[in-house]
Amino acid sequence: MVESQKDFIQKQENIIIKGNVAAAYAAKSARVQVISAYPITPQTTVVEKLSEFVDNEEMPGTQYIKVESEHSVLASIIGASKAGTRTFTATSGQGLFYMHEMVHWAAGTRLPIVMAIASRGPAPPWNIWADFTDVLSQRDTGWLSAFCSSHQEIYDEILMSYRVCENYDILLPKFVSYGGFILSHTSKPVVIEDQDKVDRFLPPLPDEDGWPHIWIDPKRPMMFGNLIMPSGFYQEFRLKIHEAHMNAKEKIIETAKEFERIFGRNYGNGLIQEYKMNDSDVGIIIYGDLALQMEDAVDQVREEGFKVGMVKLRHFRPFPVEDIIEIAKKVKLLGVADRATAFGSQTGGPVSCEVKAALHETKGTAQVLPIINGLGGREVSLEQQKNQLKKLIKLNETGEFPKNMIYGTLWDGLLEVD
Amino acid sequence: MVKLKEALESCQEEYFLPGNSCCAGCGLEIALRWAMKALGPQTALVTPASCLNVVVGLWPKTAPNFPFTNMAFAAGAAAATGMSAAFKAKAFRFPGKGWDEMTTITFAGDGGTADIGIQGLSGAAERNSNQIYVCYDNEAYMNTGIQRSSSTPHGAWTSTTTKGKDRFKKNLPAIMAAHDIPYVATCSISEPLDLYDKFKKAKSIEGCKYIHILAPCAPGWGFESNEAIEIARLAVKTGSWILYEVENGIMTLSKQSKALLDPSKRVPLIEYLSRQKRFASISEKDLIELQEYLDHSWKRIEVNLSCQEEYPK
Repeated sequence: MVESQKDFIQKQENIIIKGNVAAAYAAKSARVQVISAYPITPQTTVVEKLSEFVDNEEMPGTQYIKVESEHSVLASIIGASKAGTRTFTATSGQGLFYMHEMVHWAAGTRLPIVMAIASRGPAPPWNIWADFTDVLSQRDTGWLSAFCSSHQEIYDEILMSYRVCENYDILLPKFVSYGGFILSHTSKPVVIEDQDKVDRFLPPLPDEDGWPHIWIDPKRPMMFGNLIMPSGFYQEFRLKIHEAHMNAKEKIIETAKEFERIFGRNYGNGLIQEYKMNDSDVGIIIYGDLALQMEDAVDQVREEGFKVGMVKLRHFRPFPVEDIIEIAKKVKLLGVADRATAFGSQTGGPVSCEVKAALHETKGTAQVLPIINGLGGREVSLEQQKNQLKKLIKLNETGEFPKNMIYGTLWDGLLEVD
Repeated sequence: MVKLKEALESCQEEYFLPGNSCCAGCGLEIALRWAMKALGPQTALVTPASCLNVVVGLWPKTAPNFPFTNMAFAAGAAAATGMSAAFKAKAFRFPGKGWDEMTTITFAGDGGTADIGIQGLSGAAERNSNQIYVCYDNEAYMNTGIQRSSSTPHGAWTSTTTKGKDRFKKNLPAIMAAHDIPYVATCSISEPLDLYDKFKKAKSIEGCKYIHILAPCAPGWGFESNEAIEIARLAVKTGSWILYEVENGIMTLSKQSKALLDPSKRVPLIEYLSRQKRFASISEKDLIELQEYLDHSWKRIEVNLSCQEEYPK
């Protein structure tokens, strides 16, 4: 276990809750005004907990809409956010796919919606366990996208996300994802911060007017989203979404700093969190729940005398290109462990693709070894992660690629088939 | 019913302005214009994909002078639900600022209502979402070029039923009444005062209200643009479009349709059909079936009228 986490458990006031419940507490702390949700495993306990909060009048004034489908979840959230309220919802896998049309719509409308994703593998065959293909396949929708590695981080990241998204230079929606069951349904100690403190970090927004670019106000009638000809500003509006992504990097870094100042918890620079990278020969980029266990793997492999490190990727969008370039200067070889697929790609999973693209014009940079593991919730043990690190060391020292390389990617943990 | 003089005096204000890009004689335009006259300025409107997305004007022009939100095809009722919830949340946070007086309205075509939007609409109705859901029914996908919808009548030509539609029109108002929502009404653009009254009433009721307006489409149905009102009136007079209200489960026929309970008072159906090119090559068999369908619809109305008991609240 990481040193900081031991301290944390011993010193702080905390409650022991599921990852999903931490997400619900974050929505409560953020004083969201409209919640809309539809049940799907493994997200369900988020919306159950929120029901409890609303029914027990612990969230005064909050409207909770229990809709009939995920498409309507995001449609109603878009309606509510447009009318100028802070909104929250959560979903998983198939639910996210079903809302896909509205996922684009939310970003195009520039609404600061925050949505928790308890990630699960796409069907068929039916799968309800950790796999980030759901959220990563929304890559081009315009949403910001963050991964969480711990229960506390789910709570913290949701608070940080509202602050980033509601910034007037950003105004974009954001996914906050974490592995289904592994984080969503296990219990760990989580600090739920005092409301006063949260209000200081995240003031109850917005004011009566709503967001600066849209207002639903009969005194100032406005038209939203009407048809625009190719000669109109469509392309320019799209560029503005891209620019907001670029602006978001700075805002995420600032927000992580401010969060640490107020709450005392550090998440690297907000975009990435390095672990023992400075003197390493090889490193691994990893995200989500597997990143937490990888810290232990790094420690244990280091005890055996190898210089290895890891980078926890906290944001997929915006993608921290500059940080990745810097990291790649520190080591000779970088593994990228994806718990997700990008079928037909020449460069492993979705994050591997991004890392390779980030580095392709950088001379003398680290070699990249794409790894795909843990799909559909398949267990990736501490031993397996240690072996991944050792395979990287071996490749670095001898130039010898591991077995199970398939089309340039290490598919790790495949079952043996006769 | 409101008197014409009174209506004209209190309805001077226009909310759907001239200069919009509706076709001449568009049924939708008349429907929206009169609906907004009844609802007034404290209204936020959501419209899923339909002609209305386009006729309000291409960006940056805009004809409505009230908050108007374009929405994805299947998302009308749900987006309005969210908006109405947000007004409630805002009324809590900013009391006395009039947020609790906002009316939220979805204005959708028949495709957006009876086909792709029916799941969201049914959900909103079951939740008794506080909104007025309006279907302006031009009986096909007119925006995309006159393809059949489930609201297209039997025997009608569309670009995807080139030999006439084989199935009957989906009875959406009946489906909505079966949700036991507080208010369901049918309207025709030929009866603007009746429409005005029904929107006024809907606005005064808390919960989910459903209003279905027959809105003829000159290019889609094949008549001259100066005939829209006449065609809509014939639909009512022949009894093929029945005007009624269902309040808390109790149906009442509106004035224009009441007398038509007596079949001899109905104008022959052929007078309505023969004015429209979409029925130009209707087969004799389809014609007979349409007449049978009409007679059957009235029998069902009689059954509904016989129940004068409100459903439990």
